Amino acid sequence: MDKLTSVGRRREAGPGQDEPGPAARSAGVAARDSHGRLLALLAASTSDLAAAEDALADAFERALRIWPSQGVPGNPDAWLLTVARNRLRDQWKSARAQRAVPLEAGQDTLAPIDDVDVDSIPDRRLELMLVCAHPAIERSAHTPLMLNTVLGFTAGQVGRAFSVPPSTMATRLVRAKQRIKAAGIPFRIPDRADLAARMTSVLEAVYGAYVIDWATGPQARELPSEALHLAEVLTTLVPGDPEARGLAALIELSAARAPARVDAGGRFVPLADQDPSLWNPHLISRGREHLRVAHARGQLGRFQLEAAIQAVHCARGRDGTTDWPALLALHRILHAVAPSLGSGVALAAVTAEVDGPAAGLATLDALLEEAGQHARRFQPAKATRAHLLERLGRKQEALAAYDNAISLTHETAERQYLQHRRDRASRAP
Amino acid sequence: MRYALLMHYGEPAEGKISEEAIAEAKEAFGAYGRALEAAGVLLSADVLQPSAATTTVTCREGGLRVQDGPFAETKEALAGIFVLEVPDLDAAIGWAEKCPGAQWGVLEVRPTATAFVNGAWTS
Repeated sequence: MDKLTSVGRRREAGPGQDEPGPAARSAGVAARDSHGRLLALLAASTSDLAAAEDALADAFERALRIWPSQGVPGNPDAWLLTVARNRLRDQWKSARAQRAVPLEAGQDTLAPIDDVDVDSIPDRRLELMLVCAHPAIERSAHTPLMLNTVLGFTAGQVGRAFSVPPSTMATRLVRAKQRIKAAGIPFRIPDRADLAARMTSVLEAVYGAYVIDWATGPQARELPSEALHLAEVLTTLVPGDPEARGLAALIELSAARAPARVDAGGRFVPLADQDPSLWNPHLISRGREHLRVAHARGQLGRFQLEAAIQAVHCARGRDGTTDWPALLALHRILHAVAPSLGSGVALAAVTAEVDGPAAGLATLDALLEEAGQHARRFQPAKATRAHLLERLGRKQEALAAYDNAISLTHETAERQYLQHRRDRASRAP
Repeated sequence: MRYALLMHYGEPAEGKISEEAIAEAKEAFGAYGRALEAAGVLLSADVLQPSAATTTVTCREGGLRVQDGPFAETKEALAGIFVLEVPDLDAAIGWAEKCPGAQWGVLEVRPTATAFVNGAWTS
């Protein structure tokens, strides 16, 4: 489970988990695997994530203090849950004593310590994810909230992933949590009629973790392992949802190729030039398995299509060839089902592989014309246009298009690659 | 084309921002500066002292007038200036979006009309 260990390594680098003793290790494992589960349970009755987080942090702190001397309890999760619940109850009691304001009904429904069944702690992480991606919460906060609450990443870690200063990210997370509480966003699975639309928001928030723009951050963009973990969690919560499977497959199949995406010199390597022996076969087979289960449900969707496209690319690792006609068919369906600038540019690139660069360029220019202003700063469109013009031997136009693409590229590895291609094009006869 | 990215934000009161937040901002601006430099688009980058440190100078009413403080009090003060050489507005907007100051303030993207380079104003 390399995705878990990589997530774990990052978490363990955090504060409070430096001590390598068994108690600290056990708390670390509990933190990694159970943070979202415990938080979802603690916040479910009140929608107060901040209070639940404080209580949970207290419980972890007590665990670090008590477990080394008294031993790790048989079920660390139940122990942490009980301590955190008591802590929450103490807070309410003292708040009630101070303000003499009657408590809301839901707050008295907490189970007393003795009622915690150590073997059947319910999993309410799906409700938590639905809250994070609720339509009343600003869209740009969905993914950060999920990384923070479901996986327990700190505001600093989430901020770094989004190239936002940690204090700014912390402010955004606090604001979103205040809104969840103030607006009374419920921790529940919506009615069947609403569920599909709400699940789409959840899937998009997980996808958001996968497409994080590293821009001015690490030069060689690593595929965020947190997206992998979130997608895997989601498939365990809704095992029958084909799009959740499709999303997990998409992220796994893409992550599998990450080691081949940058060469030893730190330069970006495009898919066609990647060495398949560097791809991760374990992730590829996991992705394929998710895709197989998803397709068996017989409901096509955007993420399954994107995953199927990735699966066709990964098949080059087996037989050394790429089935371009199959890719073209998949891209056409994808662009019809979920049209976007990205899907259109990809369709143009694949059209060029099957029907030649002139056909690809015609597709791309038609797309850009239709998109108008929106496409002007869309770097992938500009880079693809440059490649196609180069292949058509329209040298001057290609050089201008490369310059345009380079001016819109903020990642060093990718800019170096485009510069390299431009230099090569400029030397062509 | 030369563009000035003029960074504006509300000035916090003294001690309102923690040392930690200042360190974070420094780190973010450091990464931004390195990215601008790596892309070969950076001409100059200055983050300014608070407007309390400003002195305004004018002779337009005859003699010299030196005023303590900015020319006009505004809610969001000029806080930094990045001068970039990029091909067009789209590229300038792309870099303005990446500026850490855009996370808590606004970036004004203004093409320069002329600049003094190599002993003369460019036309």
